[in-house]
Amino acid sequence: MKRLRAWFLAPTWTTVITLFLAPLAIILGYSFLTRGVYGGIASPWTLESYQRLIDPIYLAILWRSFWVAGASTALCLLLGFPLALFISRAGRLKNFYLGLVMLPFWTSFLVRTYAWMFLLRDTGLLNTILQKLGFITSPLPLLYNDGAVILGLVYGYLPFTVLPLYATLERLDRTLLEAAADLGAKPWAALTRVTIPLSAPGIRAGAILVFIPCLGAYLTPDLLGGGKSVMIGNLIQNQFTTARDWPFGSAVSLVLMAIVMLLLFVIARGEGEDLL
Amino acid sequence: MECVLELRDVSKHYPSHHAVNGVSLSLARGEFFSLLGPSGCGKTTTLRLVAGFEEPTHGEIRLNGSSIQHLKPYQRDVSTVFQNYALFPHLSVRDNVEFGLRRRAGNHIDNRVRDVLDLVQLAGKESRRPAQLSGGERQRVALARSLVLEPEVLLLDEPLSALDPNLRKQVRAELKAIQRRVGITFLFVTHDQEEALSLSDRLGVMNKGRLEQLGTPEEIYLHPSTRFVASFLGAVNWIGDVGVRPEAMRIERAPSSNGHRSRPATIVHSTFLGNCVHVDTRLSDGEPAVVEISRLGETFAPGESVHLWWEPADELRFK
Repeated sequence: MKRLRAWFLAPTWTTVITLFLAPLAIILGYSFLTRGVYGGIASPWTLESYQRLIDPIYLAILWRSFWVAGASTALCLLLGFPLALFISRAGRLKNFYLGLVMLPFWTSFLVRTYAWMFLLRDTGLLNTILQKLGFITSPLPLLYNDGAVILGLVYGYLPFTVLPLYATLERLDRTLLEAAADLGAKPWAALTRVTIPLSAPGIRAGAILVFIPCLGAYLTPDLLGGGKSVMIGNLIQNQFTTARDWPFGSAVSLVLMAIVMLLLFVIARGEGEDLL
Repeated sequence: MECVLELRDVSKHYPSHHAVNGVSLSLARGEFFSLLGPSGCGKTTTLRLVAGFEEPTHGEIRLNGSSIQHLKPYQRDVSTVFQNYALFPHLSVRDNVEFGLRRRAGNHIDNRVRDVLDLVQLAGKESRRPAQLSGGERQRVALARSLVLEPEVLLLDEPLSALDPNLRKQVRAELKAIQRRVGITFLFVTHDQEEALSLSDRLGVMNKGRLEQLGTPEEIYLHPSTRFVASFLGAVNWIGDVGVRPEAMRIERAPSSNGHRSRPATIVHSTFLGNCVHVDTRLSDGEPAVVEISRLGETFAPGESVHLWWEPADELRFK
């Protein structure tokens, strides 16, 4: 019996060990080593990579990553909530609208991000139209700044907030809203006092699903930030490619992972308290 | 008597069916009024029309003399106790009860909440969440949440149906006692005839969207105006065009005289029910008739030839 169980679990363990634990161990090992002359790694063992992280330049990148990810998450929730509420009450058209939300996934994220570049750049569609209409004389700096990065992130991750929010709003007992109205709550009061508090699990899930990938995003800040709005993901990528500093890249990756895990732990504890 | 709530020829038509059809009724202040009927008869829709969750297709609803059928639920001075209670799961008992009071000004809130929680015997459970309460306690929170607002009319949508049968009778008595004490007009919707008869000052029996009869429990039980009302409020033996309730019938071995109506019958089966005995019989024309007799009287064996008799005054007659 026990042996059979072990056999059934073997594929799972093999996957976890080879694809997750082993690479993690390698990264952990790299992070305590010294940078090789031509890239790669070399001895001796050192804590130098972690010490370098305290440098204000890197702290600034870390801070920027947090605020860009935070702002993107907040905007996703702000835009996603009304949309999810609308879809959850759309009756027979629900699946159609959900399909529209999912539609962008059918094309590559890279292609969609390039499309934004064509829209936002100095000679792009938006600036051209505004100039032709005479609203502006010189192009607006729409690309290569934090705003462009946030726009790209919100655009890319909005479906990830809409779906969990829709799932909780869909399950919301409609008689609770009738009860709120019956007890004198106008629609706005019913929304803030009943609908929003009761969709907390969806808000939390949506926030996690957006904040974590945004924190580690590198494609969007690379293309829409143009190296001016650097995030932690770009820093990591840069260390493994151009800078050829694998130990430092490994250390940054691990610190990012530790922060994310700490955040999840805190949120999970809050959730525990919420359930009675 | 002062009229609080009045429905004038109210109808609610859906594309597929007419849920409520020309219902007119008026409730006196302080009255316990029940709408009784089978599921799908339109009683809950009528309640929802008064609460404002549905708008009537036709007719007028007046509260204290002014039309309210176009007002939103939050603008109407009525409050609903929902069938599933609809308590806010994220709020404590106290916050649930305070929900409707929040915007109303005053330091009296604390006192009013305390009083109403005392009234429904929930003192000491203020900080619990609905999930931590029993079914009966949840029902009382729902009641307190509405009572605290002192509405003109309290609307109750089958509030006892989610309770287990033992608890139901106890809560029924409590409900009636609370209604007497607070003096608020109750509009109570139920499909349980015993509930309607025991609780109401007056009741209306609904069938297929129409109000079939209005009256006191005695009037409706003893003088039903339609066959539907007669059968919905209890068992009826149909003898030709007239109906006779099982408890109004007697069984005799000899034919009866002096003005009683009587029919020959054969005993089919007797069922001992504790407080009485149900005797199934077959009339000479083959129709079944049930007679409810005292367990203290005579006993009859299956196959025995007997006579059923009853007073003409106990006959239910319909137009």
